[in-house]
Amino acid sequence: MNIFFERKYIIQAILIFTCFILIVRLFYIQVIDDSYFLSANNNVLRKLTVYPARGIIYDRNGKIIVQNEPVYDLMVIPRQAKNLDTLGFCKLIGIDKAEFITRITKARKFSPFKASIFAKQLSARSFASIQERLFEYQGFFVQNRTVRRYPDSVAAQVLGYIGEVDENRIKKTNNYYQIGDYIGISGIEKSYETILRGQRGTKIIMVDALNRDQGSYEDGKYDTTAIAGEKLISSLDLRIQKLAEKLMRNKKGSVVAIEPSTGEILCFVSSPTYDPNLLVGPERGNNYIKLLKAPEKPLFIRPIMAQYPPGSIFKAVQALIGQQEHLIVPETRFPCNGGYSIGNRMVKCEHNHSPLNLNESIAQSCNSYYCWLFKKLIDQGNYGSVEKNYLVWRDYILQFGIGKKLEIDLPNELGGLLPTVAFYDKYYSSGHWKSSTIISLAIGQGELGVTPLQMANTMAIIANRGFYYSPHLIKAIGKNQIKKPEYTTKHAVKIDSSYFNVVIDGMQQVVDHGTATYAKIADIPMCGKTGTAQNSHGKSHSVFVAFAPRNNPKIAIAVIVENSGYGATWAAPIASILVEKYIKDSVSRPAYYIDRLLNADLIHPTFTETKESH
Amino acid sequence: MSNLGQNKFWKSIDLPIVLLYLALVLIGWLNIYAAVFDENHASIFDLEKNYGKQLLWIATALFIGLMVLLIDSKFFSVFSFGIYGITLMMLVSVLFFGKYVNGSRSWFEIGSFRLQPAEFAKFATALVVAKYLSGGVKMEKFSTKFSVLTLIGLPMALILLQGDVGSALTYVAFVLVLYREGLSGMVLVIGLLIGIAFVLSLLFAKSSILIGIASITGVLLYNYRKKKKFIPVIISGAVLVATMVIGFSYVFNNVMKQHHRDRINNLVGKEIDIKGAGYNVNQSKIAIGSGRLIGKGFLNGTQTKYDFVPEQSTDFIFCTIGEEYGFVGSLVLIGLFLTLLLRIIFIAERQRSPLSRIYGYGVASILFLHLFVNIGMTIGLVPVIGIPLPFISYGGSSLWSFTILLFILIKLDANRQNIIK
Repeated sequence: MNIFFERKYIIQAILIFTCFILIVRLFYIQVIDDSYFLSANNNVLRKLTVYPARGIIYDRNGKIIVQNEPVYDLMVIPRQAKNLDTLGFCKLIGIDKAEFITRITKARKFSPFKASIFAKQLSARSFASIQERLFEYQGFFVQNRTVRRYPDSVAAQVLGYIGEVDENRIKKTNNYYQIGDYIGISGIEKSYETILRGQRGTKIIMVDALNRDQGSYEDGKYDTTAIAGEKLISSLDLRIQKLAEKLMRNKKGSVVAIEPSTGEILCFVSSPTYDPNLLVGPERGNNYIKLLKAPEKPLFIRPIMAQYPPGSIFKAVQALIGQQEHLIVPETRFPCNGGYSIGNRMVKCEHNHSPLNLNESIAQSCNSYYCWLFKKLIDQGNYGSVEKNYLVWRDYILQFGIGKKLEIDLPNELGGLLPTVAFYDKYYSSGHWKSSTIISLAIGQGELGVTPLQMANTMAIIANRGFYYSPHLIKAIGKNQIKKPEYTTKHAVKIDSSYFNVVIDGMQQVVDHGTATYAKIADIPMCGKTGTAQNSHGKSHSVFVAFAPRNNPKIAIAVIVENSGYGATWAAPIASILVEKYIKDSVSRPAYYIDRLLNADLIHPTFTETKESH
Repeated sequence: MSNLGQNKFWKSIDLPIVLLYLALVLIGWLNIYAAVFDENHASIFDLEKNYGKQLLWIATALFIGLMVLLIDSKFFSVFSFGIYGITLMMLVSVLFFGKYVNGSRSWFEIGSFRLQPAEFAKFATALVVAKYLSGGVKMEKFSTKFSVLTLIGLPMALILLQGDVGSALTYVAFVLVLYREGLSGMVLVIGLLIGIAFVLSLLFAKSSILIGIASITGVLLYNYRKKKKFIPVIISGAVLVATMVIGFSYVFNNVMKQHHRDRINNLVGKEIDIKGAGYNVNQSKIAIGSGRLIGKGFLNGTQTKYDFVPEQSTDFIFCTIGEEYGFVGSLVLIGLFLTLLLRIIFIAERQRSPLSRIYGYGVASILFLHLFVNIGMTIGLVPVIGIPLPFISYGGSSLWSFTILLFILIKLDANRQNIIK
């Protein structure tokens, strides 16, 4: 004991007080303030997106049209890419130093700490060679993605393409998408985006201070698996799709074939087309620009965007309306003296013949007949005035799906052109127009715009004797093969089915011994109609529409070959080959017949065939 | 010694201290394992990793502790100056033959074995201070103060010369010993004032502090204008604080190294730079804070295991405890330390020999300072000063020296019936 004995209490107090301070501070940072807990998660947890595989698209026979292929994005975290052997690295991935600097600068600008893509979509082969040595380069890693692959390189415009989502789209979808996501930009990829895209998964991993993967967090308790997009079964038949694309090579135009009983599109060609594989992979951007600038406009989807005056094929529709309106019967005849005169103008007819009945008028495509009929429909119709008669006529045409969208499952469909009463009232002023003013409409010329899809659909209506299902490209969605309800709704035209026979007779004669005998198929009674759509840009468009067989039709088809002359020359034989191939799975034509079509180049002037047969 | 005597000796060893020591050492070892856990070296006995090595250090420390207990207690009294002299010589020679580690030249390297003499200087100084003060000197005398400050200051200065500011600072702990032995309580008050002045000088511009001091002085002078005897006290106090402020800002700007300045600035919140100098403390706080109430569990701490916290097995070992055992674990650990410290004071006070008592206070003070500074720096209360957490941090030199420090006291206590001079 000594005199300062009592100081032990002060010293003890100091010790206790100091420990108390430590404990208070610990209580604050550990129990009260939870920001440290959050920071710790920020430190150690990385949320990775697991990209789902996009839905696969099959053709109607179960063949794959679009599949997925694994690719590898080379990612970089600029902050970690230190002490880099730049030269060796450039050599490894095959770029030069300037390119390296551009890319790394771009990545750094995005974020020094976050991963961004350094090289996009490396193929499995180049990935394999890079992977072996990637560990030498800190800050670089590889992320798996899948890209689309088109084994047969067909149906580019149907399928469309996908691309990285842009800011606008991200905003529009309430941030459903994230930067770097792929989204369908056109075609089926766009219209079925929500089904094809699947569901992103997330994986939470832990990383150490150098951002190295340390495995999953809490054994993956918070991870969600990616759900692959659902498959789509297309209505396309790859056999005729491929053949049609071959036949349309070096020709501008469209082929659309529909199964009349369902509205399923069997073939959908927009020519010139392109290899859909071009819009995949690292060269996508360049290829896209090339396609965009190409004079043939391969990105233009002709079957639903190109609008042509339908020409003679319109006569079949006029014949049906005339009968339904009781203005003609099959034996009604109209004179033809090489044309139909209005004052000093004349709608010429190619033929000089005696008055024809309805059946013959279709088979021989008599212009005069339809001018007379049109005059009856518009000027002498059942509704009292030209305007009212026109309105009723126009309504019939609309029922055929002309002048309105058919609501195909593709974006950018156009409805075509079918003038309203108001249009003519404005153009000619009210009460100052009648059939003679707008006589071009009688024979499918003038102010009419019909897409190839609408032409094919019109054939489906005639094949069905009076109804159609909206044409569509996807016949079933997903495992349960769901059909969209809008494609199982029957649309009927208000024309009695009994009126169709005489028209169909005429159409069969067109093929059997009319303008399209060149397109006749042995054993298959086909009903068709050639057309020659005039246009102000050069030669007329060759048009042929048809369906076959005559009873229980399996296929309705429209073929347009632009600026190639008569329908019988190019469009009809192409259609006939496709119809035969579809129905019989073989083509019974001599080689020269097919070769002529395959080899013809109707786009590039030097190769244009000058001689035309008719 | 007879068998009977030996038996009696073992029985007189203070069991609570030994148990506390063993508990802390064990906690240290498990947490070093957790801090640097590596699945490729999952065995806690893996000698390639710090936890395996620490086991060796623990085994040898226990052996050394046993040796200390077996040495005659008179040895520590008789050879205290000798031991002190030897450590001073080691401190000098390390300046010439030592190896640079992290900017300070404080390690001897013999093969793969490294030894830090500064660690051993702690118990040597405690011993020599105890020996000197127990020799009948009077604390009031200037010569006593001068001598004892020299004894403390010599190793401190030598360690400062090595560049190891942290270890040097631990000698400040002896203030408590001197206080207990009669140094004026004003020393503690002035110490507190120094601390406040220091922080003020960092936070505010010199001129505004001086104006502040002047105006406070003015107010005080006006209030106490009738009590004449307070006036010199107030004035001298004001002059003292003002001088310190000026002095500190000079020391801070001209004497300290940049990394010290950064650490201190960071602490007082003047410069918040969580990627630079503040990185360590910020990560350390994140680790401890993320442990919340009960922690993430053994080996489940992510911040330390994945290297976000620097020096996680040595100076920042407390992060692992805070992260994996939460506030409860931290409380238990600090509780164990506080129990140890209070037990040491209890033991010190029951000594009949002044040497043993003073030495006991030396032990308590040194351990206390390490505890406060080490944990304080991990939670942002104290600037980052690289000193270990006794018995817990990885490292042979520190474990050995703290073991010797403590076991000398245990030995002295076991022999408390004999007065040691």
